[in-house]
Amino acid sequence: MLREIGAASLDELLAPIPPELRLGRPLELPGPLSEPELLEAMGELAARNRVVAGKDSFLGAGAYRHHVPAVVDHLLQRGEFFTAYTPYQPEISQGTLQAIFEFQTLVCQLTGMDVANASMYEGGTAFVEGILLAVRQHRGKRRRVVVAGEVHPWYRDVLETYAANLDLVIVDVAADPETGRVDPEAVGAAVDAETAVVAWQSPNFVGVVERTDALAAAARGAGAFALQAIAEPWALGWLEAPGKLGVDIVVGELQALGPAVSFGGPYVGMLATRKGMVRAMPGRLAGMTEDVEGRRGFVLALATREQHIRRERATSNICTNSALMALAVTIHLALLGPSGITEGARVSRAHAHEALRRLAALPGVRRVHSGPFFNEFVLEFPRPAAEVASALAERGILGPVPLSRFRAGEERRGLFAFTELNGPAAIERLVAGLGDVL
Amino acid sequence: MPRLAVPEPPDDLEPELRRSEPPPLPELSETEVLRHFARLSHRNYSIDDGLLPLGSCTMKYNPRVNEQLARLPGFAAIHPLQPEETVQGALALMRDLERFLVEISGMDAFTLVPAAGAHGELTGMLMIRRALLHRGDDRRVVLIPDSAHGTNPASAAFCGFTPEPIASDERGQVDLAALEARVPRGDVAAIMLTNPNTLGIFESDIARICELLHAHGGFVYADGANMNALLGISRPGDHGVDVLHLNLHKTFSTPHGGGGPGSGPVGVRGELVDFLPVPRVVEGEDGLLHLSTDFPRSIGRVAAFYGNFGVMVRAAAYILEMGPEGLRRAGEDAILAANYVRKGLEDVLELSYETPTLHEVVFSGRRLEKETGCRTLDLAKRLIDHGFHPPTIYFPLIVPGALMIEPTETESREELDAFVAAIRAVVEEAHRDPETVKGAPWTAPVRRLDEVKANRQLVLRWEPSAD
Repeated sequence: MLREIGAASLDELLAPIPPELRLGRPLELPGPLSEPELLEAMGELAARNRVVAGKDSFLGAGAYRHHVPAVVDHLLQRGEFFTAYTPYQPEISQGTLQAIFEFQTLVCQLTGMDVANASMYEGGTAFVEGILLAVRQHRGKRRRVVVAGEVHPWYRDVLETYAANLDLVIVDVAADPETGRVDPEAVGAAVDAETAVVAWQSPNFVGVVERTDALAAAARGAGAFALQAIAEPWALGWLEAPGKLGVDIVVGELQALGPAVSFGGPYVGMLATRKGMVRAMPGRLAGMTEDVEGRRGFVLALATREQHIRRERATSNICTNSALMALAVTIHLALLGPSGITEGARVSRAHAHEALRRLAALPGVRRVHSGPFFNEFVLEFPRPAAEVASALAERGILGPVPLSRFRAGEERRGLFAFTELNGPAAIERLVAGLGDVL
Repeated sequence: MPRLAVPEPPDDLEPELRRSEPPPLPELSETEVLRHFARLSHRNYSIDDGLLPLGSCTMKYNPRVNEQLARLPGFAAIHPLQPEETVQGALALMRDLERFLVEISGMDAFTLVPAAGAHGELTGMLMIRRALLHRGDDRRVVLIPDSAHGTNPASAAFCGFTPEPIASDERGQVDLAALEARVPRGDVAAIMLTNPNTLGIFESDIARICELLHAHGGFVYADGANMNALLGISRPGDHGVDVLHLNLHKTFSTPHGGGGPGSGPVGVRGELVDFLPVPRVVEGEDGLLHLSTDFPRSIGRVAAFYGNFGVMVRAAAYILEMGPEGLRRAGEDAILAANYVRKGLEDVLELSYETPTLHEVVFSGRRLEKETGCRTLDLAKRLIDHGFHPPTIYFPLIVPGALMIEPTETESREELDAFVAAIRAVVEEAHRDPETVKGAPWTAPVRRLDEVKANRQLVLRWEPSAD
């Protein structure tokens, strides 16, 4: 090859790099490892993590263990999907493009919204992008953001980071400490003519279902957009579609419907909204069209919103998103259908309520909030929740998530989550385990 | 779905908040779903099908063993909020990967949190902004070469900066004289550079550029999209850059997944280390690894959790498989492959710049269009009929009708020969039978798609009435 090129040596090809800028020594790295050695080395690292069966994990707080049918990962492992690039050449990317179109459709069907994008990175950044969408839709004239109630503290943190240089005023309206719900009237009082958006999460960070209809009305009454975040999308098998309750923007995390918990990622963010806001949306959109012979086909639509065309005036800087994880969600939702998601929500919720009934009967244990919940709730213990979690982990049970991982002042509180996997026998073990360690 | 074996809970929710009817999702059998998506997959071109020469995208082979590793229950089934003492292996992997990236890049420290390259850019620029404000300096101008990826100006704007283009010179490099005239005005916060740049050309003045920015209180942001060319050969940290993002889904072989997920770790040097996002992996006095948020100058969180861990597993595995010699060889072979393709095509396509190139090469379709009426787009589409994914087209913007080719090191000489032959055949066809080229593709699942219609009559979801 060098001969064809007309170069005497590889070094000649490196000539553009000035000698003083070359490393001039081998990198100090381990390896190379053969495949068996690699499997052993990585296997040792993996073995230093405690894995418990899904039924004995009661961790949630933004990442949930649900059963995902085998066929989902089987399809994800098709090289035609996972080794493809972003569909910039639509004629040979119809598989990816149609899958994105179907993802957009299913997200709309689940949320009751008009239009969804091809995915965001994950829940935290989707939350911020949704808020920025609302600000943009107001053409930047309203710069106040009202964050209502118990939004996931780490979503709230990401908003803080992003907003640092964007000239936004963020106002928090605290939840009622008794119910865990935010009072729509208090929110209404915080919304003014400068407010671009009211953002809440439901079910919220402490598991409580918010008054979505009243919150949306409070936002709209002052001309602000209503944004609902969702971290546990299975809740939409039980809760009314946000689109039917006056919500303008739905954002959130879809991990629970596809991707493994995988220590925090890769996950997949969702962003859906109403038709009138489509041109201000961030991220990719697949649109249906036809080819020169009139056959149905799909392309990336409204690309002029995006960074590769609009550069610094783009609606977002996002380029690579979470396409493969969106595909997992698409396949899973197609398998679940209307009855699957409804039944999964019903079973998850029932497990949570049964567990609460049993756990709250333990001496010194009480549920902190009185508001209605889906599959998560906060318990208070006579001792620090982090100690409880570590002691239960020793017994092969994961949970609760201590609130001390998120904020100070609630050391004895922990968040439990339940899915269809946590059946009566697992609840029995949890009750016994918690009884032992308290 | 497991059958309900506990009592049905009471209806304690306001009825108007409960679903009135199930979501109108499709109702399909598993067989139907499997076949539907299997059939969709047949309508994709991927790395598994053949060379995928998209410039600055580094579409290299995705090692299968890494897929297996990322799915080990010890990685895939661990929850991000398990007690830290139960995830010491995961934290060790993150610490090891940070160390590997520090050594490969010459930076002082890394964050692994950003989920993609553009997310890394945003993170890096937020750190620069915070560091400047910490000095009491509110300067806002960010210089971005006209050859840069569109994410650069978009990311800078998201951080409150004002992007300002800086021209390329006749070598295809940043115009140093223009920079020397501009930077001393004192309002330049940073320059965002890709090196080698999107023309495949090494910015040979990089050390001087870093000195210039530093002398006038600015920072140098390096976009590491093209790091593949420098693996084991040269380190941006040694050039003097202050911030560098890497794309694990490019240089470190993790799959693109049809558009993601990626991972965009960001390395920093010097004073910027204090501003890295949280959480960071630290070793505690108890001998355990922890995720710490105790960094008062940090820009904060840029994602809810800790980044795309599953992607990190694959990248760490890749680095271990390759070892130091293997990584250097990857960089060298990527440069060899690109120069081989350049040589194979430079007599039939117009080179954008005569300057020697590293891992990618950009041709211009201008001459071909003048001679045959076939545009770059036509050439790209016809290449599909010849069995290949087209290169990146119409980027970088400074090259008329650009064709940006990055073959990567994982292609055999035979595959490169076949690719070169295919382009040569299309060029020949353009002269002999331009209508065939202009009508292409003829053999793909669909022919050219009507993008105007797609944008005018927006159909962004299936609806019962539209069926």
